[in-house]
Amino acid sequence: MKEKPDVLQGTLALMVLKTLDVLGSQHGWGIARRIEQISGDLLAVNQGTLYPLLLKLEHEGSIASEWGVSENNRRARFYRLTAAGRRQLQAEARDWEQTAAIIARFFNVKAEDLT
Amino acid sequence: MKFLRRFFIRLSNLSTGRSADQRLQEEIAEHLAFQTEENIRAGMSLTEARRQAALKLGAAQAIREHHHAEHSIPFIENLLFDLQYAVRMLLRSPGFSFIAIATMALGIGATTAIYSVIDATLLHPLPYPNPSELVRIEDGLPGVGAQDVGISVPEWRDLESSGIFQSVSVSGTGADVNLTGSAQPERLSYKHVTPNYFAVFRVDAQLGRTFDPHDATPGFNLEAVISDGLWKREFGANPHIIGKALRLDNDVYHVVGVMPRGFRDLGSTSEEWNTEVWLGAGMAGLPFPPPLRSSRQSSRVVARMKPGLSMAAAQERLDALVESLKKQYPAEYPAQAAWAVRLIPLSESVVGSVRRSLVLLFGAVGLVLLISCVNVANLLLARASGRGREIAVRQALGAQRTRLIRQLLTEILLLFLLGGIAGFAILFGAQHLLLRLVPESLPHLNDIGVGWGVLVFAVVVSAAAGTIFGLAPAWLMSGVDLTSTLRQKGRGSVGSQGRSRARQILVVSELALSLMLMVAAGLLLRSFWDLFKVPPGFNPDRVMAIQTWLPGPNDPSQDTYRTATQEAVLLREVLRRSRTLPGVEEAAIGDVDALPLGHSNPGTLPLMREGIETMDNQAPVIHSPIVSPEYFHLLGMPLLRGRLFSDQDLESTPQVAVINQAAARTYWPSQNPLGKRVRLHLDSRELLNSAGPVWTTIVGVIADARTESLADAATPQIYRSVYQHPAKALAIFLRGQLDPGTILGQERSQVQAIDAGLPVFHAETLEDVLSTSLSVRRFSMEIVAFFAATALLLAGLGIYGTISYLVNEQRREIAIRLALGAQRSRILKMVLRRGFGLAAAGAGLGVAGAFIVSHFMAGLLYGVSPNDLPTFAGVTLLLTMVALAASYIPALRAMRLDPITTLHSE
Repeated sequence: MKEKPDVLQGTLALMVLKTLDVLGSQHGWGIARRIEQISGDLLAVNQGTLYPLLLKLEHEGSIASEWGVSENNRRARFYRLTAAGRRQLQAEARDWEQTAAIIARFFNVKAEDLT
Repeated sequence: MKFLRRFFIRLSNLSTGRSADQRLQEEIAEHLAFQTEENIRAGMSLTEARRQAALKLGAAQAIREHHHAEHSIPFIENLLFDLQYAVRMLLRSPGFSFIAIATMALGIGATTAIYSVIDATLLHPLPYPNPSELVRIEDGLPGVGAQDVGISVPEWRDLESSGIFQSVSVSGTGADVNLTGSAQPERLSYKHVTPNYFAVFRVDAQLGRTFDPHDATPGFNLEAVISDGLWKREFGANPHIIGKALRLDNDVYHVVGVMPRGFRDLGSTSEEWNTEVWLGAGMAGLPFPPPLRSSRQSSRVVARMKPGLSMAAAQERLDALVESLKKQYPAEYPAQAAWAVRLIPLSESVVGSVRRSLVLLFGAVGLVLLISCVNVANLLLARASGRGREIAVRQALGAQRTRLIRQLLTEILLLFLLGGIAGFAILFGAQHLLLRLVPESLPHLNDIGVGWGVLVFAVVVSAAAGTIFGLAPAWLMSGVDLTSTLRQKGRGSVGSQGRSRARQILVVSELALSLMLMVAAGLLLRSFWDLFKVPPGFNPDRVMAIQTWLPGPNDPSQDTYRTATQEAVLLREVLRRSRTLPGVEEAAIGDVDALPLGHSNPGTLPLMREGIETMDNQAPVIHSPIVSPEYFHLLGMPLLRGRLFSDQDLESTPQVAVINQAAARTYWPSQNPLGKRVRLHLDSRELLNSAGPVWTTIVGVIADARTESLADAATPQIYRSVYQHPAKALAIFLRGQLDPGTILGQERSQVQAIDAGLPVFHAETLEDVLSTSLSVRRFSMEIVAFFAATALLLAGLGIYGTISYLVNEQRREIAIRLALGAQRSRILKMVLRRGFGLAAAGAGLGVAGAFIVSHFMAGLLYGVSPNDLPTFAGVTLLLTMVALAASYIPALRAMRLDPITTLHSE
């Protein structure tokens, strides 16, 4: 199995947190579908990696889970953001924006600007 | 830090790991269900919907495994896995597991049992704070062959002010006292001690207080500290005991404190360990002799050294002090007496006497443990041939050799640990039974216990033994030649050369070790037998000794039995009445020193021969029992020269004495001792009665007897008549057809009919006294003999297993030989020769080892040389016979092999 690059792993976590922030409580498949919808093909490659990530996030205390019943009457585990998760999301979002801004600036630079 | 945190998370995952994995599995299943539903809604068929859902999810199993690897500790995971596997393997061959575990249980159980004894005695001999500071001070006059002569009060004060010690205590050597006022006069062991006695040990009372260390009363301060046992037995644990009066030998003392439960006095005799009353005394006023430098008192001196002072440094400073005292008081310390003071670690003086026996036992049990380990290692190798295929398959599937070794070692360790725990459990269950086998004369008998420390020992020993003896088998087992093993479809492998050689080495060492043990046991057995058979020089047959004690109050004028004349009235009446008891043929009286082998603490007196010695300090010391005239006849000690005591030797007639041959030889070599005059000075029993010592004339010489110890030929003795010298601690000797059950009561009523205040106690037959005096020897002999028998059995099993294995390996070869016409008897001989070869190698090594071992234990032997040829030859023969017998069964099997079936089945 080919390992996914770390950057993608990091972004996946951020995507999960943001999704839960927007949608509130949601089950695993719902999160997967939401990310898929927004990111296009990105996550369609390997949805399975989502679950170890959810487990890890819960272990770290960013999210919490409990059993519930889905809209089509299926028993499922619902995840929600915890207060710590919310703080983490804000911090990481800020970091990400900074990083993205820096990267964007690098990409915008043209040869003549450096001279 | 981050690494640590991750480690702990992983550690906690070990327990939650399974549930996390399960949850992952559930979630993935759930996800697939959602996706499948979605796909069906999009118009796919059920199978296609499932397939697409699975594709979209990715490799579920890989995700789980990846997650698992990331969140766990492979080492412990593997360990758990190995353990599981090991348990399965053990259960699969229960016979093998049982034998291996039982062997280890035996080895480790026995080792642990001996360890628990050693732990209580040798390792923790002194239950006091900073025990290494405690020393015994012993002084002697080596110039005249006198040891442990006691200390005088000025000498004690010199030691106290020497700056070497924090404090120095002096105590009596333990004696008995009558406690009256209760229902039955009771005899108690007491010790008079200087008031700083408990302060030296740093032990405080559980109730009340101990003596004030600064108390300077010259004589008895009339304060008593009592033991917990006495407090509970005699006073019903009365919490208001403090201040109560205690009437001891008609003197009244006041109880000031009760010692804690575990506190036992030290000493080398059972009287001392069982001390129940401590009386404070300055040792300088009545009834003690005046505090002169020359009047030494028989005593025990225990001191606490200044902290940080080493034994050697303290001894050096003490030697300097002794030298300066000698210069200062040349008259008191004559040069030829060579007064010397020695420091002995207190622990040494407590357990010194049994150390050799215990070390011997530990050595013996160590050999048993080694043999058990070797035996199990041997069994493991035997099983390796059966498991060669399994191991080869696992190797072929890619298992690394280190991984295989780890797994095999886990299995072996599990076996050893189970054996160790089983051994401990058996020991724990049987401890009360086993403790009864331990002779009572062992110090700290009551402290022997099977507790946590012993469990830790058992586990550590099992683990260490498992690692040491498991590594080689694991290494050899894992080193399977892949191709050749797998090619021999399912037949079990032909063991590698290395493995077969290893087994033979193991068996040879097993045989050698058991031979060493058997030689040790044989030598001990012969020593014991010789001691048992040695003529003691007196006749213990049908003799009983019953003890009594006459009170000796501090004020002599209160003593109703002060003079020999006063006492003689009582004793003659006691003897007269004793002879009327049913079955009694003869009766005699002696003091406890006259009790053969029964007194562990003989009193010694300086012996001054007329015209030779003039001062106590120069005189050699001698045992001096006091007896009634009938004593020698009753004990069958024949007169060789002169005469015995008669009823006409009284206090008013000239003092006479009878000596034994040893005394005649030692003190009047090549002279006739009859008519020679001596003085026995410093006899504490006479101090208050006679103005000065008078001359005692030797009137008779009796044959030597082993009255001190069966192992020692006679020591010099000088006997005096009880009608001339009053004695307080008495033994009444009765010979005849006596009923041990009732005689004590009968004698007691006779004695108490004369004086109701006299205790009569402790009736024992001399036969019992004799056998008790051998109890520690018997104990070590029995244990070593048991170990040796065990070792022999294990060695027999070992050689049986190895020869069977060799035969099994050579099945094909033997079958071919038979098919080609070899005679069956030749096959038998061939196999037996192998057994004999192993036995010979083992015996050769063993004899060499046994020579070393037997010289180490020379001090424990009696009447038998450490190189005793019959023992060595007998034991070697026995071992060879056992080895041959054990090889005979597999040899028979080889001989009866049916070549056709064997060759077909191969």
